[in-house]
Amino acid sequence: MDRVRHTAGLSWGRYPRATHTRILPVTWRSDPPPLEGVRETVLPHACGRSYGDSCLNAGGALLDATGLDRFISFDQAAGLLRCEAGVTLAEILALMVPRGWFLPVLPGTRWVSVGGAIANDIHGKNHHRAGSFGAHVTAFELLRSSGERLVCAPDRNPELFRATIGGLGLTGLILWAELRLVRVPGAGIAMERVRYPALGAFFELSAQDAEYEYTVAWVDCLARGRRLGRGVYMRGDHAELPGATPSPLRRPTLRVPADAPSLLLNRWTLSVFNAAYYVGAPRTLRRTVVPYDRFFFPLDGVDGWNRLYGPRGFVQYQCVVPEDHPEALRALLERVSHSGQAAGLGVLKRFGQAPPAGLLSFPRPGFTLAVDIAFRGERTLDLLEVLDTIVRHAGGAVYPAKDARMSAESFRAFFPHLEAFRAQADPRFSSSFWRRVSAA
Amino acid sequence: MSALPDAGARRVLIVGATSAIATETARVYAGSGARFFLVGRHPKRLSAVADDLRVRGARQVETAVLDLTDTGRHEEVVGAAVGALGGLDVVLVAHGVLPDQVRCQQSAPSALESLAVNFTSAVSLLTLLANRLEEQRSGVLAVITSVAGDRGRQSNYVYGAAKGGLGVFLQGLRNRLYRSGVVVITLKPGFVDTPMTLGIPKSPLFASASRAGRAVYRAIETRRDVVYIPWFWRPIMAVVNSLPEAVFKRLRL
Repeated sequence: MDRVRHTAGLSWGRYPRATHTRILPVTWRSDPPPLEGVRETVLPHACGRSYGDSCLNAGGALLDATGLDRFISFDQAAGLLRCEAGVTLAEILALMVPRGWFLPVLPGTRWVSVGGAIANDIHGKNHHRAGSFGAHVTAFELLRSSGERLVCAPDRNPELFRATIGGLGLTGLILWAELRLVRVPGAGIAMERVRYPALGAFFELSAQDAEYEYTVAWVDCLARGRRLGRGVYMRGDHAELPGATPSPLRRPTLRVPADAPSLLLNRWTLSVFNAAYYVGAPRTLRRTVVPYDRFFFPLDGVDGWNRLYGPRGFVQYQCVVPEDHPEALRALLERVSHSGQAAGLGVLKRFGQAPPAGLLSFPRPGFTLAVDIAFRGERTLDLLEVLDTIVRHAGGAVYPAKDARMSAESFRAFFPHLEAFRAQADPRFSSSFWRRVSAA
Repeated sequence: MSALPDAGARRVLIVGATSAIATETARVYAGSGARFFLVGRHPKRLSAVADDLRVRGARQVETAVLDLTDTGRHEEVVGAAVGALGGLDVVLVAHGVLPDQVRCQQSAPSALESLAVNFTSAVSLLTLLANRLEEQRSGVLAVITSVAGDRGRQSNYVYGAAKGGLGVFLQGLRNRLYRSGVVVITLKPGFVDTPMTLGIPKSPLFASASRAGRAVYRAIETRRDVVYIPWFWRPIMAVVNSLPEAVFKRLRL
């Protein structure tokens, strides 16, 4: 990791803040778990890119897995990569894209670890074709607090395999994983962009998803009435990139050096920003070839963009509702746009039909909406509780990796395999998130 | 003076290859298809590092397990490295242990043990390696010492004495090998975020291991003599070294 490690009890949303008893670094996968003399619970932690409290363990310890940053093997013919769990997706891209290979699933940032990608069973703009990250994991090794080491695969320790994918780090420490990469013609994405005026147009555009590898929409979450759900639709496929291959390890030159004033991002400034983004996008489909990092990681272009929301932080709310409940999506957008709260650009995407890879996997068939909201205390929490109710009635789910506040009751409704999961959890592992949602 | 061949993959010997800074330097070399001989104490850790370098592009990686205080085996291991790679372009000596200063004060054997790892073992190896490179009339000998070797402080003077002594040894070696075209580099890291400095609270003076590793690579490729890592330790240590001893002895450092 190219940074001095200060795992200071902050997640990406900077809300909530947690105090940990200690940070226990894990450097060598051959070493026993560093739990001698440790009585409190532990939680694996690497990049801290989960937004809420699923990567925090207030009053407990963190197992810092960033030292597990080694590659183990690469089968160039089959595209099978084995690496330690603290390796970041940026490292993998830096090494593999020049060799013609690509990660099968990429989230909106490259600064996440392989262990974190598995523990949150992350998804990307190609979920409708590729499913979630866990679907491309062929095996991993789990180190339990007892010192036991278990290689897990679909046909080896299958219960633990399914529990660990999307298992929020609660089943033990992932030491290494093997992933199936995909062949690409180059480092480019042939991208099409077009703005669309309202939610109905989004549904029409997303009906053509199957023809494209990647699809996603940026949505103006403050637009109301007949503009509700308007946004910019993007889709793309891998392509050759003329010129130099981007270097994903380079940190951006733009950096937010400190917390911005709390009110910098308010309802009005965000309305102007969202509208400008919409108006600035092409009216008719426009095609360009861009380096893949610009397509996948636009927010990585500004280091520490999360600090723009000020010292109180922000929450990202991401949910999925089944395809036969489009009215729920409409209701969610209406609630957000009428709430008077500071909501930034949202993301809208249709998930595919792939069955969930893990017991607690979030992605499932339907429409997913993600929106950043500046944290303003009770007002924000009340709004999100209302959104939870809408999602529950529609039979959807809220994404734990982004969550800082969902109730135990909601969690049980969203994740029906909770009890099967609980049986696989490691008794010495816990998190702030887990204590909240697993309460009886 | 051509200490390194102009093109092609470097032949790199790393002693203490599982140290965090050395690993990061090796990764830069692996990217250009270097060939390695790695020496370290823990077999499993050593093979983890070797595998990592292979995936990152190293053309060849050989390893030897060695407790570096076992000086009786130094000749054999140096010979194996030269044999496996057919000569050496770069030697990086990176092993070391940060001892518990208080224990070293209370127990002379502990102090001597720390000197055996951080100083004596390096002197033995460097003597053998210097003769090989001198015979070869090429190569770079880069050795990681420490800013702690610039001036003795109450909080870590046993470690500092070993690193400082090593620094003087390297000065002499540099002077001796100059005429045969062999480059000797003294690398002086400050605080680096590695397993060695685990117990030390992190301050803005800390650098990441990968930054330090890249700085070592640059120092080798540009054939510097003495390098502080990161660079800002040079002015800091200039100030520390300029304090009169009458003042310095009163400070709690």
